[in-house]
Formats: sequence, structure tokens, C-alpha cells
Amino acid sequence: MASPLEQFQIEPLIKLPKIAGIDVSYTNSALWMTIAIGLATLFLVLGMRQRALVPGRWQSMAEISYEFVSTMLSEQVGSAGRPYFPFIFTLFMFILFGNLLGMVPYSFTFTSHIIVTFGLAFTVFLGVTIIAFAKHGVHFLSFFVPKGVPVVMLFLMVPIEILSYLTRPVSLSIRLFANMMAGHTMLKVFAGFIIGLGIWGGWAPLALNVVLTGFEILVCFLQAYVFAVLTCIYLNDAIHLHH
Amino acid sequence: MPQLDPNFFGTQLFWLAVSFIVFYVLMSKVALPRIGDVLEMRAEKITGDLDAAAKARDEAKAALAHYEKSLADARAEAQRANREAADAASAASNARLAEVGTRISAEIAAAERRIGEAREAAMSNVRSMAVEVAQAAYGKLVGGQADTARLDALVERALKGDAR
Repeated sequence: MASPLEQFQIEPLIKLPKIAGIDVSYTNSALWMTIAIGLATLFLVLGMRQRALVPGRWQSMAEISYEFVSTMLSEQVGSAGRPYFPFIFTLFMFILFGNLLGMVPYSFTFTSHIIVTFGLAFTVFLGVTIIAFAKHGVHFLSFFVPKGVPVVMLFLMVPIEILSYLTRPVSLSIRLFANMMAGHTMLKVFAGFIIGLGIWGGWAPLALNVVLTGFEILVCFLQAYVFAVLTCIYLNDAIHLHH
Repeated sequence: MPQLDPNFFGTQLFWLAVSFIVFYVLMSKVALPRIGDVLEMRAEKITGDLDAAAKARDEAKAALAHYEKSLADARAEAQRANREAADAASAASNARLAEVGTRISAEIAAAERRIGEAREAAMSNVRSMAVEVAQAAYGKLVGGQADTARLDALVERALKGDAR
């Protein structure tokens, strides 16, 4: 029987020449990223093709995606976050489609790879830090000095603040990666039980897998939302320096 | 765990960057402007419709006020005309009543006068007849002629309800 971790195996599909000594072969992970962005684009563009004043179901879904992210951004950041809306929306849809496509049997979940989620989280971290320095210059460093704390305590507090800031990309990436990997592994383990217990005993893990599949779809949405909302919160910190 | 195999970190990051950048361009240049346009168009349409509705409501209010004012004016006019007509009618009837009253009183006066004259005439006839009857009765009872002047006086007294 296949290992529950086999589903995370990267397989090069098209061998490509190395760029600067790095292997950039087109893999199953890359294939599912392509499928995700293709489907997400088709979902939005085809949904909006009628540009109806009173939207149908499909157009409603496209509009709801837009307004969901738009509301999230304006609630967390306010109008100052408007220029970053396309990025937050892209991030949310990319993770959401990656998560949801992973639920398709025999597909590949690229969001279950720590290097992918870390790449996204580190991009967010880098971008937010650049925005903060561009907006506030050196004054941004006051973000690491909590207000109303005795000077003696600052020797302790400032390193903690800096450390917590630096761990943001780590927690952000591990949260998504761990959720997706754990969920998929669990599904695979119970699917293995179905085969193992056979026609008489297999029904219980099958029923459980049905429930878990529903739960996993919820997690797909939830983790995409959490990633996007945390990005908004970091963006708000960078723009407004609230603490 | 395949996720920790560093051999594939390069390709994954490379294709993540490519996919994400392509997706970002697709979203920001193609998908989002379309959705944004439709949402904006709808918001504008709704605002426009609300404004038009408010305008129509104001117009209806103005029309109602105008209508009520004309109605009040017409009612006042009607009342005034009604009152004038009633006044004229009562004046005419009063005049006619007065005229009829005078004519009737004149006729009554004339009739009373005629009755008085008739009574005078009747009374003088009765007197002369009473004198003659008294003369004749005196002749029969006493014989001879009675004193005419005295009879006259007696008859006069009897006619005045003082007979004895």
C-alpha cells in the first residue's frame, strides 16, 4: 500500500535546462499552479462576461469573491490599503484555488509544500517591510518599541518584538503548510483503513472520510482567508504603525 | 517527507514566482477591472435611480400641494358665490314680502273703512226706523203725536245701550 506521504511527491514532467545552476524543470507542482491560475482566471472572466446589472449565480460568485477580499482589506487597513487590493486578491485566490484543487482525487496540493507557502509568506513579509520603510523611514523602528513600558523593560521587550516580527513569515507559512499536509495525510490514512478493513469493516472509515472531506473543504477556505487576513493585518501595521 | 527535499526547492520557487506574477497580471489587468466596472456601474445605477425617485417624489409633492391649493381656492370661490346668491335671493324675497305686506295692509285699511261706512249707514237707518216705530207705538198706545225731539233723545240713549 502506498505511503500517505506519497501524494506530496514532486515529479518532474518536463526536463528544462538549468538556470544559474538551479533546476527549473516543469513539475506536477508547477502544473497544478498553472491549472489553478487558469481556472481562477476563467472563473472570474467567464463569470463576468455578461456584465449583467442583476447578476446570475456565476457572476454573483465572482462578485462575492471580489467583495469578500475588498471588505476584508478595507476593514483591516482602511482606504490606505486600496492600492494593494490586486495583490491581496491574487494571494487569496491563488491559495484558495490551490487548496481546493488539492481536494480533487489524484491531484497535487502545492500549498502543502513548505517551500511554496514560505515563498508566499516571505514575499508578504518582504513587501510589508519595504512598504513600512518607504512610508515611515527610520521612524518605522519605533514599531518595535512598545508604548508605556518602563525603560528597564525595553531591554527585554524590544528583542521580543523584533523576534516576533521576524517569525511572522515562518508562522504564516507553517500554518498553511501544516494544515494542508495534515488534512491530506489524514484523508489518505483513513482511505488506507477502508482498504485494510475490507468490505465489512471499511464502511466506518469511509463515513469518516466523507465527513473529513467536508471538513477539509472548510479548512481550504479558512486557511486561504487566514493567510489573506494576516497579510492585511501586517499591511495595516506597516501603513499605520499601530501596535 | 517529500516537502523537505531541497532538490526541488529551486523549481518550486521558480514556478511559484512565474505563476504568481502571471496570475497577478491576469487579475489586476483583466479580471478585477471587469468586476470593479460592473460593481461601479451597478452602484451608479442604484444611486441614479434613487435620485430620480427622490426627484419624482418631490415633484409629486409639489403637484399635490398645487392641487390642494386649487381645490381650496375653488371651494372658497364656490362658497363666496353661494353666499352672494343667497344674499341676493333673501334681499329680493324680503323686498317682495314688504311690498305684499304694504299692499295687504292698504287693502285691510280700505276694507275696514268700508265696513265702518256700512255700519254708520246701517246705524242711521236703524235710528230713523226706531224713531218712526216709537212714534207709531206712541200713537197707538197713547194717541196723538209724541214730542219728536224727546223721542230722538230716547232712541239715541237706547242705541248707546242705555235703554230702560
